[in-house]
Amino acid sequence: MKLTGAQALIKSLELEGTEVVFGLPGGAILPVYDPLIDSSIRHILVRHEQGAGHMAEGYAHATGRPGVAMVTSGPAATNIVTPLCDAYMDSIPLVVITGQVPYSVIGTDAFQECDTVGITMPVTKHNWLITDPADIPEIVREAFHVATTGRPGPVLIDIPKDVAIESMDWYWPESVDLPGYKPTNKVSTKLIKDAARLMGTAKKPVIYAGGGILKARAAEALRELAEMTGIPVVTTLMARGAFPDRHDLCLGMPGMHGNYTAITALQEADLLIALGSRFDDRVTGKVDAFAPNAKIIHVDIDPAEIGKVRRPDVPIVGDCRRVIEELVKAVRSDLEKRHWPDLIPWWSEIRTWQRDFPLYYEQEEDGPLKPQFVIEKLRDLSPDDTIVASGVGQHQMWASQHWKFDYPYTWVNSGGLGTMGFSVPAAIGAKVGRPDRTVWSIDGDGCFQMTAQELVTASAEQIPIKVAILNNAYLGMVRQWQEMFYEERYSEVYLSPDLPDYVKWAEAMGCVAFRVDAPEDVAPTIEKANAITDRPVVIDFRTDYREKVFPMVPAGASNSDVLPGPTPNGAK
Amino acid sequence: MEQHHHILSVLVENKAGVLSRVAGLFTRRGYNIFSLAVSPTEDDRYSRMTVVVDGDSSPIEQVTKQLNKLIPVIEIRELAAADAVERELLIATVKASAEERSHLIDLVSIFDGQVIDVGVASVTIMVAGTPDGLDAVADLLAPYGISELQRTGRVALPRLIRGSRPLKAVKSSEQ
Repeated sequence: MKLTGAQALIKSLELEGTEVVFGLPGGAILPVYDPLIDSSIRHILVRHEQGAGHMAEGYAHATGRPGVAMVTSGPAATNIVTPLCDAYMDSIPLVVITGQVPYSVIGTDAFQECDTVGITMPVTKHNWLITDPADIPEIVREAFHVATTGRPGPVLIDIPKDVAIESMDWYWPESVDLPGYKPTNKVSTKLIKDAARLMGTAKKPVIYAGGGILKARAAEALRELAEMTGIPVVTTLMARGAFPDRHDLCLGMPGMHGNYTAITALQEADLLIALGSRFDDRVTGKVDAFAPNAKIIHVDIDPAEIGKVRRPDVPIVGDCRRVIEELVKAVRSDLEKRHWPDLIPWWSEIRTWQRDFPLYYEQEEDGPLKPQFVIEKLRDLSPDDTIVASGVGQHQMWASQHWKFDYPYTWVNSGGLGTMGFSVPAAIGAKVGRPDRTVWSIDGDGCFQMTAQELVTASAEQIPIKVAILNNAYLGMVRQWQEMFYEERYSEVYLSPDLPDYVKWAEAMGCVAFRVDAPEDVAPTIEKANAITDRPVVIDFRTDYREKVFPMVPAGASNSDVLPGPTPNGAK
Repeated sequence: MEQHHHILSVLVENKAGVLSRVAGLFTRRGYNIFSLAVSPTEDDRYSRMTVVVDGDSSPIEQVTKQLNKLIPVIEIRELAAADAVERELLIATVKASAEERSHLIDLVSIFDGQVIDVGVASVTIMVAGTPDGLDAVADLLAPYGISELQRTGRVALPRLIRGSRPLKAVKSSEQ
């Protein structure tokens, strides 16, 4: 069967199980958009290519399946570099297809030509420039394989226009042959035993759960391990929901804006069981001072993460779920043989911290609206399995702190790269992947202005997401740092509460929109928003610009020097 | 052999852009390459890169692990100086009057070198040797006046008797 390169590409995507492509056509990708008309694949026409990339990420976050985006060459390709880098940092499986000028004119500075493969090399797990249409099925298979196996990540396929037009003899390769790509699939029994033995001697152990738990679909295995051993669990920003917040053993989020107990438990631990986490600087604070008395068991699918920041006592390379399942078996047999130390003294220390240093803020009845209050109301008035997508900054930290994530794959955020503007398109992608779920974008006013135009996409494509803008009229996190570390010298952080008019703007984009200033209006407005299911909703919450995110470990400081912020009884 | 230098012998797929991927990885991770030589191998599907890495800027374990993540990288061996044979080629154009020329030829022949081009007042010589040996050659040539000098960067293979220390015999991820 003869197919054009473009037809072969679309057919290959279909065979890889692609149900939706986020994209925007243009000159070089034109041939590929033609067979899309006859395809079973749903295409979502974005308003900016960055939006296509973040939507594909949101889709992947919520479903675990690779997100697919397709854009043209040149400026479209450069516009999608940010989502690629974001996905690379957070290990999100993406397959991005870019058009390219005809192969015959590559290198001549043709119209809308750029070196897409060169530009995206450092932000993709791998990328391909197709030079022969006969290679298309093979490369698409390789691309999906690389994106979704081992440590997941983004890949890019660059297809020149003439390659898309030329014809090829259709085939579908049975398997992928990449001699230089062999992700780990065996787990060392000896190391598992070593890990179990170490766990069985620890008096102050903590499970330090990272995003790898979610990537490996290991939430249930993690729960079994924790419940079997009674070891407390912290969930990093990338792992929120991997272990239920309402579970007794859950200490919540550690790190720069983690809660006091999670930070301090890591710091005081004598054993950290790091599962799919990477000792990120936002978690460790000053590395040399991090968890000084702790032995380390480090489990990661990526060998390069082992020993990158902190040398472990027991290094285990492997898929988190398989490793944890093996660990559960080893722990069970170890528990039969030996008596493990009593964790009651450790738990009583932990309970004291939890009692003295809970997350805390005060909402005065007539006072300005507190962002934390808005998030708690959103949480309490929305279904438990609501998916929350956030941008980057104060609102992100408050959302992570104050939401109760009891289900995996309900928290969609930009952790590693910290991409402002992530929330709205990511929420759209998540809603496309999980149309059965309520999806709230919790966004800041600064972030919202970066990618809000994708609400046009949401309206046009009938993707009814909800957006809560925590509008404090500032680039709030930068303001917080200027207040605390730059002697209150505020430089270029003021945005204005009503320029733009968020309600009019949202309405102009086809959304239902509300504005809320007073605490008593928060709940009724959220209820109204939750009742609307046929189009996007935006609520402009005017929040107190003076509110800061606490606790806080100042950049470069030790986690022992965490600033707890206000406490209910003034504990220090 | 310089103490903080490590020799990595990297077998890669012989495809467009592979050098760029390897070089880009070094840039992105802040590693320094001391020298780099790339050539085809006995099997035309693969090329071999001999990379000499500055161990001070680049923790060698991280360098190899990160390199291993590149999909076109098939195999990496770290060659300890004692376990490797290494050679480098030097060519240099040296000022030499007619009467100096025979001295120079004698000197070069001590190092098994050759004269590969002769001009009116200068000659171009070629010497293959160990990096240390070539340093000595360059020092000895200096008094004559070197007008141009180029070295290839080293190539290396494991010694046959003692064998190499393969970090990864095939690319896999045992610890």
